[in-house]
Amino acid sequence: MRISSLLYSIRQGLKNIKRNMLFSLASIGTIVSCLFLFGIIYCVVVNFQSSMDELQNTVVISVFFDEGISDDNIALIGEQIRVREEVNTVGFISADEAWERYAKERYKDDYEAAMESFAGDNPLKNSASYEITLKDLDKHGEFVKFLEGLHGVRKVQSSEATADGIDTLSNIVGIASIGIVGILLLVSIFLISNTIMIGITVRKEEIAVMKLIGATNFFVRAPFIVEGVVIGLIGSSVPLLLVYLVYDNILQYLVDKVTIVQSLFAFVPVGELFSILVPVSIAIGIGLGLIGSIITTRKHLKV
Amino acid sequence: MISFEHVKMKYPASKTYALNDVSFEIEEGEFVFIVGTSGSGKTTLIKLLLKELEPTSGKIKVADVDYGKLKRKHIPKLRRRIGTVFQNFRLLKDRTVYENVAFAQRVVETPTRYIRRQVPAMLTLVGLADKYKAYPRQLSGGEQQRVALARALVNKPEILLADEPTGNLDPKNSWEIMRLLEEVNKKGTTVVVVTHNKEIVDTMKKRVITLKKGELISDEQKGGYIDED
Repeated sequence: MRISSLLYSIRQGLKNIKRNMLFSLASIGTIVSCLFLFGIIYCVVVNFQSSMDELQNTVVISVFFDEGISDDNIALIGEQIRVREEVNTVGFISADEAWERYAKERYKDDYEAAMESFAGDNPLKNSASYEITLKDLDKHGEFVKFLEGLHGVRKVQSSEATADGIDTLSNIVGIASIGIVGILLLVSIFLISNTIMIGITVRKEEIAVMKLIGATNFFVRAPFIVEGVVIGLIGSSVPLLLVYLVYDNILQYLVDKVTIVQSLFAFVPVGELFSILVPVSIAIGIGLGLIGSIITTRKHLKV
Repeated sequence: MISFEHVKMKYPASKTYALNDVSFEIEEGEFVFIVGTSGSGKTTLIKLLLKELEPTSGKIKVADVDYGKLKRKHIPKLRRRIGTVFQNFRLLKDRTVYENVAFAQRVVETPTRYIRRQVPAMLTLVGLADKYKAYPRQLSGGEQQRVALARALVNKPEILLADEPTGNLDPKNSWEIMRLLEEVNKKGTTVVVVTHNKEIVDTMKKRVITLKKGELISDEQKGGYIDED
């Protein structure tokens, strides 16, 4: 296609949008609301996920060893755990550390006295352990089974209920958001397609004449595809701006006023969030415009 | 230039043939009238020529292109070789005379610098050089048909196909259009005029192909309008 033809198609596409202003606005509005919701859901999910990740780190699996196990064997078990992909962190708690930790918790301010009274005779001398956190709680059950099967392991302690709960919750949130966004995307395609169809109906005679003169299919379709893409592009820029304002302001407000929120949630900074949201939203917007216009021109512009 | 061999055309909903075993040949540079009353198959014949329809059987060849073997994607290229004029002009109402003619060139992706040269030349040929800024509604029927003619000719087609070009015009304007068609023909373009204007056909003494109820009933050089009804 020549540059002059391309420019012509773009001009015609823009003219179409102006000519069917009402329907163009309706389409843009749908995409705006769709992508706005998408943006909000994305922000919520990402923040939810980051909070979950924090929470996941608090779900610790403790591995205790057989009585009288040698340090070498403990080290060996440690190696076997570290090479596993799902493992996030592994920490070794020696028997002394375990006792100190317990004493602090049990006797509070008097713990030093308590430690002293037991000096040289650690009541938890068989309680050395590895404390493991996982990258993904999905694999929690499987991983516990693996640990229990290791030679030299006496006991594996984990909060399975918490792990399962977190896992289910984040799955539900994920599926629900995908569902809502999916439905909205379909509605957007339908509306864009409708707008383009109105454009085609309005220009029926022009299209018929074009075809008789010998316009290629692509030349006939190009303005409508431009129309769809421009609608998609406008429809994706507006919600990005809205989401940015909303997210930034809400975040600022929460951080300023409600200190407790900050300790509960791990907020993702707006820059990090938008480095993904911007390209994805624009791609979805353009994609919706393309799909909507291609479907419609295919259906209604047979030569 | 144009050849029909035993062409039959039946529409799916119809019991009878719209064209029944029609054969004829038109040479390069000819001027031919195709006449017949409504229902004679004229419109079907035009649609077949423009490859808007596929014949039920038979062979159609235009400008060395065998329609049976022509792929869909090559149809636009073929149509660029045929200029078409219609009874109801089919101009774009929201564009000026200049834009209507230029439109035909944009569609076939002519570079803008050629468009700027060729459109005024074509408008001069049809005698509308001074009305290039006007919109179709500001023109008389005859003027509109001349714009349509300029649009059909601007891409320098090998064949000019005119479907009832004088159907909506008074006699004076009709003659003006026919004079232009003859001029175009003298420059080498094959001209096919589908019409039921008896006076014009009888006066111009050109080749006349007559259709009746889908059959070709006469094909005469320097013929006249056969009026049987």
